[in-house]
Amino acid sequence: MKRLFTMLSLFVVASMMLVACGGGATATQAPVMTEAPVVTEAPIVTEAPAAYECTDALGCVTIAPDEPVHIAYWGVLSGADASLGEDSKRGVEIAIDDMGGKVLDHDILLTTEDGGCTPEGGATAAAKLASDTSLVGLIGSSCSDETVGGIAAITNAGLTTISPSNTRPVLTDPARGPDYDGYARTAHSDAFQGKAVAEFAYNFLGVRKAATLHDGSAYAEALQQVFADNFVALGGEIVAQEAVAKDATDMKPVLTTISAAGPELLYYPVFVAVGGFVTAQIRDVAGLEDVKIIGSDGIFTADLLKGGGANTEGMYLSSPDFSAFTGDYAGFIEKHTAKYGGSTLSTFHAHAYDATNILFAALEKVAVVEADGTIYVPRQALREAIFATKDFKGVTGTLSCSPSGDCGAPVIAVYEIVNSDPASWNPASADAPNPKKVWP
Amino acid sequence: MRTSLGERLLDLAVSGVLWGFRILLVAGILIGTIATVRAGKYTSEQWIDFVVFGISQGSIYALIALGYTMVYGILRMINFAHGDIFMTGAFAGYFLATWLNGTGFIDNNPVLGLVIPILFAMIVAGGIAMLVERIAYRPLRGAPRLVPLISAIGASFFLEYAFRGFFGPGVYAYPPIKALEGEWNILSVGILKVQVVVAIAAFIMMAILYFIVMFTKVGKAMRAVSESKDTAALMGIDVNRIIVSTFALGAAMAGAAGVLYSLIYRQVGFLMGFTPGIKAFTAAVLGGIGNIPGAMVGGLVLGIFESVGPSLFLEGLGIPRPYQLKDAIAFTMLVMILLFRPSGILGERITTKKA
Repeated sequence: MKRLFTMLSLFVVASMMLVACGGGATATQAPVMTEAPVVTEAPIVTEAPAAYECTDALGCVTIAPDEPVHIAYWGVLSGADASLGEDSKRGVEIAIDDMGGKVLDHDILLTTEDGGCTPEGGATAAAKLASDTSLVGLIGSSCSDETVGGIAAITNAGLTTISPSNTRPVLTDPARGPDYDGYARTAHSDAFQGKAVAEFAYNFLGVRKAATLHDGSAYAEALQQVFADNFVALGGEIVAQEAVAKDATDMKPVLTTISAAGPELLYYPVFVAVGGFVTAQIRDVAGLEDVKIIGSDGIFTADLLKGGGANTEGMYLSSPDFSAFTGDYAGFIEKHTAKYGGSTLSTFHAHAYDATNILFAALEKVAVVEADGTIYVPRQALREAIFATKDFKGVTGTLSCSPSGDCGAPVIAVYEIVNSDPASWNPASADAPNPKKVWP
Repeated sequence: MRTSLGERLLDLAVSGVLWGFRILLVAGILIGTIATVRAGKYTSEQWIDFVVFGISQGSIYALIALGYTMVYGILRMINFAHGDIFMTGAFAGYFLATWLNGTGFIDNNPVLGLVIPILFAMIVAGGIAMLVERIAYRPLRGAPRLVPLISAIGASFFLEYAFRGFFGPGVYAYPPIKALEGEWNILSVGILKVQVVVAIAAFIMMAILYFIVMFTKVGKAMRAVSESKDTAALMGIDVNRIIVSTFALGAAMAGAAGVLYSLIYRQVGFLMGFTPGIKAFTAAVLGGIGNIPGAMVGGLVLGIFESVGPSLFLEGLGIPRPYQLKDAIAFTMLVMILLFRPSGILGERITTKKA
């Protein structure tokens, strides 16, 4: 038995080494690098030995002539919020298509990592990405929680990530700390979104008593507080601020508590799971039958209609204003429909498209290309080029990145869901938009 | 053996700490409750609402807990895949209900529209559980206790990601039964129809299970095997068949719970079994693992505490956003019970004393 065990363990270790080395490399190499045999041994460059000397503070990515340029998308690709991450990923894919699938004459390789919209998931995804030395840049994450969990690993690995959909204000605050040096975003900051919703509620809907509910995520907690602060500043009253756990399903007790405070409006800027449950259950709670309900970009997806059912009709959702995009959004939608059919899934597809293009523009600016096609990408230079983006003509607007990574052009609108049938979801539709923009 | 003074002092200190803990907890609960009731924020109708929510949630936990407790009683093993069996039942019920809904069957026959998906879910869940038992647990019958446990965890992951592979990572909306929308006025209190139906259906299932276990031959055989496998085999009971029947029965309860859960929360997804599974396991331990009425009591107690607890205790203590701590209440309760009454509320009935 013991001998069998020893033999089996040797077999397992041997097969692990073989798998890691795979791709024809000699078995004497350290089996960790994912790059093909471009190491210090046999020189591939056969010309004069004036090879590029990498003097970048964070090191360089070396891409052989036959290797692809490797970027990765990390976001929420499973669970109730999968449509949010999938939506942004499509923006990245369309951007790659528009470049013909190639940059600097190399193919583009896009891989994905699932962050699960939690800090732990983000940390796991970031750890995997940080250990991959072939990566040039990242687009992601989807949820602010994922960034909170994973950004340290990414920054410390010398990588830079541009998020298409994180909106938590502090992520691009000038005082955010060195962990965020590799982080930029094309999405708006919720400092704008919370303010816009407060103005909508106070001026357009005319309510004076509001309650908020969040699901414990970094995004929701910050956004409802911005709303509350702005609403009070306008002269309104916040009668209740409650929270549930992200995986909670039974909302009736907390909704009963909220109803006891007598609000006229409930703002729940949560994610899809909690959003669906709250919307489905809110009209069953005594006292909340007529309360106005508003959500935000975290539930701006057809999945909310699936989860919330008939109660979603008449619900308001805040989101970036699609009609205020200064770039060719209609053209983007055409490409989206041609490639995927059906409607867009959520709000940040165009932001992901812009993020990808910003990344490639910075890459083309700083990459050193040898005559034989080898590319060297200095990481610090790439990071600085991304942050130095000025007047970049993107679909969502003319984008300029601040030193703390804020590249967004924030214009927020409020939409109303006019039809609770998930098949009718199409905010970009010209004749029958659902949801429909109602403010400003 | 004489204990030294140091050892006796240590014993005293430890029991002093435990007692202090108990007193603090009870004091906290009392203070919180009194403060909440005195603040008078909720009407009695709202308290009744809380309790009703708790009962319907708790009866679902109870149904799932039955599976845990029965398998533990027979095999002394916690079937961690049980929460995912619940998920498979919910999926089965979802697909059948969606198909029936398409043909308008559910709108015309609400009772059948409820019963048929439940029966289908029970059959599917039972079948999958029997497969899991055959593949993941039976080969490990004689192994040390930890081994089937790890196998169960593996089976749990396998089920979750197999379903993710087949049905995708998103969630599906369970078609609501129109006849169940709205409220009934019971004793001048408005209670949601769905919750009443779910609670009643759960109680009926539990009664049927109790009847089977107590008054039929198969049930007697199950009780015999859970007392002593070897003796039962000597008495001529086919132990393997009984174990399979136990798994199937527990899984059928979980499958039914899956459909009832989807009726209330209307969402079906591949990870939906994780949290109810853990809560139901907590409920089973709370009521006394291995004890069938214990599982029922544990489930109801857990459900009610989760529902009433945040507003009753925590709000009075001045804790903001008490519902975020809902799970904390449930698990604190579990820890307390395990510390102070490890056999659970109704007592762990592993062996009965022989003369």
